[in-house]
Amino acid sequence: MSPPDMKSGLLVTPAVAWLVIFMLAPCLLVLSYAFLERGTWGGVEYTLTLENIARAFDPLYARVFLTSARIAALATLFAVLLAYPAAYAIARAPRRWQPVLLFFAVLPFWSNYLIRTYAWIVLLNREGLVNNLLKALGYRGEPLSMLYSEPAVILGLVYNYLPFVILAIYSALSRLNPELIEASHDLGGGALRTFWRVTLPLSLPGVAAGGVFVFVLSIGNFVTPALLGGGRFQMIGNLVYDQFLAANDWPFGAALGMVLIAIMTALLLVQARLAARAGGDTARPA
Amino acid sequence: MNARERAAAAAPPTHPAVLRIETVSKAFGAVTAVDRVSLDIRPNEFFALLGPSGCGKTTLLRMLAGFETPTGGRILLDGQDISPLPPERRPLNLMFQSYALFPHMSVRANLAYGLEMERRPRAEITRRVDELLATTGLSALADRRPDQLSGGQKQRVALARALIKRPKVLLLDEPLGALDKKLREQMQLELKRLQHEVGITFVMVTHDQEEALVMADRMAILRDGRLLQCGTPQEVYETPVDRFVADFIGVMNFIEGAVDPGGVFRAPGLDVPLARPAGTGALAVRPEAVEVLAGPAAGMPGTVLDVAYHGLDRVLHVRTEAAPLLRVRVAARHAAEWRAGDAVSLRIEPAHCLFFPDPAP
Ligand SMILES: Nc1ncnc2c1ncn2[C@@H]1O[C@H](COP(=O)(O)OP(=O)(O)O)[C@@H](O)[C@H]1O
Ligand SMILES: [Mg+2]
Repeated sequence: MSPPDMKSGLLVTPAVAWLVIFMLAPCLLVLSYAFLERGTWGGVEYTLTLENIARAFDPLYARVFLTSARIAALATLFAVLLAYPAAYAIARAPRRWQPVLLFFAVLPFWSNYLIRTYAWIVLLNREGLVNNLLKALGYRGEPLSMLYSEPAVILGLVYNYLPFVILAIYSALSRLNPELIEASHDLGGGALRTFWRVTLPLSLPGVAAGGVFVFVLSIGNFVTPALLGGGRFQMIGNLVYDQFLAANDWPFGAALGMVLIAIMTALLLVQARLAARAGGDTARPA
Repeated sequence: MNARERAAAAAPPTHPAVLRIETVSKAFGAVTAVDRVSLDIRPNEFFALLGPSGCGKTTLLRMLAGFETPTGGRILLDGQDISPLPPERRPLNLMFQSYALFPHMSVRANLAYGLEMERRPRAEITRRVDELLATTGLSALADRRPDQLSGGQKQRVALARALIKRPKVLLLDEPLGALDKKLREQMQLELKRLQHEVGITFVMVTHDQEEALVMADRMAILRDGRLLQCGTPQEVYETPVDRFVADFIGVMNFIEGAVDPGGVFRAPGLDVPLARPAGTGALAVRPEAVEVLAGPAAGMPGTVLDVAYHGLDRVLHVRTEAAPLLRVRVAARHAAEWRAGDAVSLRIEPAHCLFFPDPAP
């Protein structure tokens, strides 16, 4: 190792040590449970088996994976659809306003995830703010039951992850060289076709980054489906949670977790590849 | 009549202008980037907008292209005011200083873009793109992305993309600015050739006076947003309207002094009969208009500081009493006669001199 390499090696050591001790090691430990047999009262017996992995692909659990994927995909779709116009508006606002607007877009994120999610219960339940408002406006029918449904779960996920997507798309849009837009106008492209042919394709890496982020965090989420789905919607996260804390089947929980991590990793790799291919060549000139 | 009015009056009215810029101004808040500039661009000419960095060249070009709205004046294309038209409806194209090639499209797709925006038939687009790829020597690179091209290749693609719609006027913002000197000189010729071939009016921005002199049919010199002079390279080189232009175009020696009541310019060791009204000012002499006389003859005495090699020519740097550094061009075959430290005497031909009076206090 040459001296500069050694220096940067020393600088990253604390971070790497932290990740290895508190992240990688526990994860590997838990994942290794997937190949062991369950202990009667939780824990594991040290006998090797592939049964847990095989069981994770049972149609019963495959369906849970599919439900989770569908919910995560819908949350991703809505988050991107909502975030894009917001990010676009922020990126086109006068330069000195952009940090302020971003601050407000990210503001909810600084409050606790649980509190934000509980707030939706307050809003959506049968005696909640939304129903009261409808009543005040003269609605006389049965109160709407919006809570404990798939849309409520999706709503919660979209709400919680929206700031990330706005940030990701904003960063792609703000790095876009404005002369490319002008070049399109110069060559006869109106606003719509310029957006479609130049702005959108060049901001796709941001969309992909934000989208993968929402999807990955949503598919493994267990808090939002537990609170807003009322336990009626089993997502993978809940299933894993139950295996460890209710069913006392740690190895199976670990097997499910392993499949989940594999899916997430694959997605993140694809996204990283896309980002690398799009490269820095959309950036404005110095 | 001041110099500017004289230059304006001298413009022959016989040429119809394809592009007429009428007292156009642009202010950004307190900064006036372009200040009441009027120019007529004639059909099929190669016109250069020349000026130091920050003088408003890009701003003027962007107003022509439609990216900035003038805060005063009008822009007429073939006699029609194009001020209300957005960039996409103007039959002009701009070649950007940074090239602004679409990074997610191949060279071919970059070229096709303008025609696709016109909704031309697919077959026509393919044909015209192929033709232009061949004309500009880009056929072999057609499927590459911009990030796989060298600077010179990007420059060609940007030029081809701006030409493909056959604009009435092609605007070029420092088109050769990013290239190294050798390539730049080669591209200067190629750009001229291409302009002849396509028969399109070119308006090129540059800060390089040599480039403007070599390439332009006519040129305009801007400073601090104002038009100083407009004319052919020869007119601008031989009869600069003021001291700034004289200094900016080519190499010029200035000798401070005064014209006496007899009309003779006097500086220490130098008398030049000029037949001008009296007053202080600077005598301007090109290096090629100074003659080196053998020995301490009847000229202005000086000392050779050094001899600079310029191929066929040498430039002597001479210190005189009147000017600390005079540049004198001598043919290489005479240059060997001089070396640093030599005493020489210089003769200045009055017919090749210009005089710029000091501004009234
Ligand atoms: N968008 C803008 N906002 C404020 N000032 C500007 C803007 N564009 C140009 N200027 C100013 O106008 C002047 C001319 O700039 P520019 O046209 O780019 O000069 P050039 O191309 O001749 O170097 C400069 O002083 C520049 O700072
Ligand atoms: Mg410029």
